[in-house]
Order: sequence, then structure tokens, then C-alpha cells
Amino acid sequence: MIANQISIFAENKPGRLSKVTSLLAAEKINIRAITISSSDEFGVINMLVDDPEKARRALAEAGLTVNLKPVVAVVIPDRPGGLDLLIRVLSDQGVNIENAYGFVLESREKAVFVVEVEQVEKTLEILEKNKFKTLDAEALAAIEPFHYMKY
Amino acid sequence: MYWDRSTETMERDTLESLQLERLKKTVEAASRSEFYKDRFSSNNFDPAGISSLDDIRRIPFTTKDDLRESWPYGCVAVPKDRLVRLHSSSGTTGRATVIFHTAHDLDAWTDILARAMYMTGMRESDVFQNMMTYGLFTGGLGFHYAAERIGALTIPAGAGNSKRQIQLMKDFDTTVIHIIPSYALHLTEVFEEVGVDPRKDTSLRIAFLGAEPHSEKTRQKIQEYYGVDAFNSYGLSEMNGPGVAFECPEKQGMHIWEDNYFVEIIDPDTLEPVREGDEGELVLTTLRREGMPILRYRTKDLTRFVPGPCSCGRTHRRISRITGRTDDMLILKGVNIFPIQIEKKLMEIPGVGNNFLIILEREGYNDLMIVRVEVLREFFSGNLKQLEQLRRKITEELRSDILITPRVELVEPNTLPKTEGKAVRVIDNRKD
Repeated sequence: MIANQISIFAENKPGRLSKVTSLLAAEKINIRAITISSSDEFGVINMLVDDPEKARRALAEAGLTVNLKPVVAVVIPDRPGGLDLLIRVLSDQGVNIENAYGFVLESREKAVFVVEVEQVEKTLEILEKNKFKTLDAEALAAIEPFHYMKY
Repeated sequence: MYWDRSTETMERDTLESLQLERLKKTVEAASRSEFYKDRFSSNNFDPAGISSLDDIRRIPFTTKDDLRESWPYGCVAVPKDRLVRLHSSSGTTGRATVIFHTAHDLDAWTDILARAMYMTGMRESDVFQNMMTYGLFTGGLGFHYAAERIGALTIPAGAGNSKRQIQLMKDFDTTVIHIIPSYALHLTEVFEEVGVDPRKDTSLRIAFLGAEPHSEKTRQKIQEYYGVDAFNSYGLSEMNGPGVAFECPEKQGMHIWEDNYFVEIIDPDTLEPVREGDEGELVLTTLRREGMPILRYRTKDLTRFVPGPCSCGRTHRRISRITGRTDDMLILKGVNIFPIQIEKKLMEIPGVGNNFLIILEREGYNDLMIVRVEVLREFFSGNLKQLEQLRRKITEELRSDILITPRVELVEPNTLPKTEGKAVRVIDNRKD
């Protein structure tokens, strides 16, 4: 399954991130994961949100430079060696990761590793063959990160 | 103290008769060039009709665009066989302005430049290190031949290679240098680095500062650091190059050699002469050039006549430091840059948005050009690497065009002032 990551081009100066977060707050959009990579005076904010299309519209209407990009969100076990299982598969198959970040889904149970790759379809096939579960936007929206019920 | 006493101290009315005689010759020569032949006939101007210096005002102005449009040989007034050298303006793109010289032209140019250098106190016993680019740029070869004419030992060091410059100064006891002022400031750091004190460890005594405008304060700094007497000069390749005007030891303005140039200062809007002493655009006519005479050339440089006679005894009038330009030309590290060049280059690069801003900063002793560029909204793919590549591409393309490596900054779309119309595209923060 393909998830959509929302990317925003932002100058590296005070107030730029706050503009993004306040817009999303006003639209009641939930951020599941966020990373920022920057290069001197500009950077890119990458986010997984519960409603990517709505977020894109809101940010673009406010004049921001936004891009929706397919990424692969892979569920991995939240234990030592969990990420290694996944990376070994990707590396064996020659999949190069352009950008990646992760977050915990259920503590000590499941985590999600989000990867940006050039060949999304091919990567999904490889993951499916190797019994990895991937999440799409809806699945990401439905995630309750901390599953308190289990405690 | 004079290289050519009779010319330098010539009575004004004798000088003016000489000017009239040379102006008549020049106009007549110019009429043999394709460009001026057309220009004269379309303006019903009779080249034989010059009977006083005031008559020059009946001749239409010549602009840089005229020179570009008549490129390459349109303004040449002699058979091509008689041309012996060409020079070209610095840093321009596409059709550069090219100036052709006969042997006589080079001789006359060398003579006025030798006159200027001699005026500052340079003699045949001096060792002259020419730290300017040799080649198409006039500052290298122009000074080189004039120094040789004075009889000084001339070191054609060329530009750059700072440590070697310092080594040459020490090895051969250089006494006179010709240097771009911003480079002179930069070089102070290299002196520190190699542990050489120019005041104690070299024999430097005179510096010619040229190729870019600089302030009195910069001159003071250079004089103090190097222990030299620093002289300002003015020139432009269209009028041969350096040597058009030069400071005498009084340093109250630059004497402009009126036996070689007819000088006007006009209001750039009304095109009428300004009152003597008021600021305006410098307009120059060559009086001794036969290969490529240029009449009433609008330099776009702003200056004023310094009133009254100079106590050095020279009768040629003086102009003040250049205070600015009537166009938006920038001078950075001695290179002339027009914002339009940058705009043209930027607009050819995919991913570049509509607006840009040029900011000039001084970092320490180095001038820096920052080019702030909007990214095209559609170009953004969410990939930082792609933005980095765009930035590298812009830097590289601009560097190959303007010869200076800018610091390129990418900004969000629609965050810069609009560039259409007369918007400010250049912010100059360089201060002393």
C-alpha cells in the first residue's frame, strides 16, 4: 500500500514551521510523523498526516510550496533487530533509500519505518514477497499510536 | 615633475585651440566609419561644419548599445590592416564592447598613462609590479607598456596568486604596484598569514588603485597598511582604458587629459550640460584616436568638475571621484556586471521562479554577491537533494557568465519583491 507524504519547501528562519503547524491545527489535521531536513538557509518539512489531500490544499492556499509524494510506510517489530530485518531485505534487493524516518506504533510491539524510494512499486512488491505489512493513508489515519487499551 | 611640461601646463586657450583642431580631425575621421557615416547623414550633420568647440553639441551622443550594435567593425574608421590590437570591456556577456587600436592609438594611450604615472612620482629607478589581469582587460597591458615607457623595471605579475605576489615584492624590491582596491584589502590578510609586514619588509612606496570605485577611507586604509602613497585613477575601455583621468600628488580630484579627451558633464535626463561644479554624467570624446574614434560617449558614470586651478600647475581640469552610475551596472572585484545578465541566465534555468534579488555584502575584506532566487512552485518535488542540485547549477551557470562565484540562496515563491518594472533588484550593503 502506498502512503502519501506531504513535503513543504521552507526557508530556514523563525516562523516558517509555526505557519505550517498553525494552519494544520486550524484544519484539525493530525500529524502522525514529521521530519525536517535543512541545508543552510532552506529546508524541507516532511510529514505524514491523517488527511494528506486536505492538508495539501490548506497549505497551498496559504501560499506555501507543497508536494504530495508517495512513500512506503512499513510496519516493523519494535524490538532489537526489528529495523535490521527490513533493511537487510531492501539492501539485498538493491533498493536505495533516499530519505527515511520512523515512529513507534505500539511500544515494544510495532513501529513504522517510512521510506522514500525511487521505485515505489518495485519496493512494495519486494516487501509483500517478504511478508512485510505496509500502511496507506487510511491505515495511518486510523492508527492510535499508544494503544492504551493494552495496558 | 612633469612628463610633458608644455602639454600638462598649457594655457587654457591654447589647450582649447588644440582641442578644436583635434576635434575637427576626429569628426572627419569618424565620418569614414560605417556607424558615424549613417549617424551623421540621418541627423543631417555635416562633419565639416565644426567651427567651434560648442559645435560638438550638434553631434548625437554615442551609447554602449550603439557600440554593441555596430559590432564588430562598424565604428572602425581606418582600413583593417592598420589595426594592431583589440581590447574588450570586462565581464560583459554576449556581445562585448570591442575597441580597436592602431599603432598610433596605442602610442598615444601609453603616453598619457606614462604621463599620469610620472605625475605621481614614479621614475625609471622604480620596480613596478602590475597586479592586474593581462589579456582583453585594459588594466594589464595598458599600465605595462606605460611603465616600460617610463623605464621602470616592470613585473607582469598578473592577478591573483597572492603568496607569489608577496614573494615577488620581496625578491625584486617592488616599489610601485597597480592593484584593485578590494584586492589590496584582501591581500592584507595574506600578508598577516605569511608574516610579512609591507611597511618593514618591502620597499613599496606608490600604489595605483584602479578598476573599481573606492572611498577615501579605503584609500587611507591601504596607505596605512602598505606604507604607500595611493593614487586614484579613472578609465574605461571605450576610451582606451586606464589613464583617462589620474590624481596628481595634491589628490584633490583626477586630472582628465583634455588634449586627448573632450569632456562634458551633462544632466542624464535633460541631456543639457550641468552648471560647472554640479554633478552629472560624464560624456567623453576621443581627440587622438584614429582607429576607432568615439564621439560624445555616455559613460554612465556620475562625477563633477572640481572648480578652480590645481596648485600642481597642470591646467587640465579635474573630476571628482565617481559617485555612482546612471544605470544599474555593478562593479565587484573589478568586474562589471549588469543585473540583466544575471536575470537572463537565471531565466534559462528550469526550476527558477520569476523573481530574484542581488545583495552585495562585504565580509571582512571580501566582496560577496548573494543571489536570492525564488524556486518555481511546480519544480518542488519534496526532495532536498533536488534543491541542492538546483542551487549548484545556478551557482555554476552564473559563475561561468559573470566570472564571479555568487552565494545562491533559494527562497519560497512570491516572497521577493516583484522584478517587473523598475523594482529594486540590487541591494548594495557594502560599506567601509
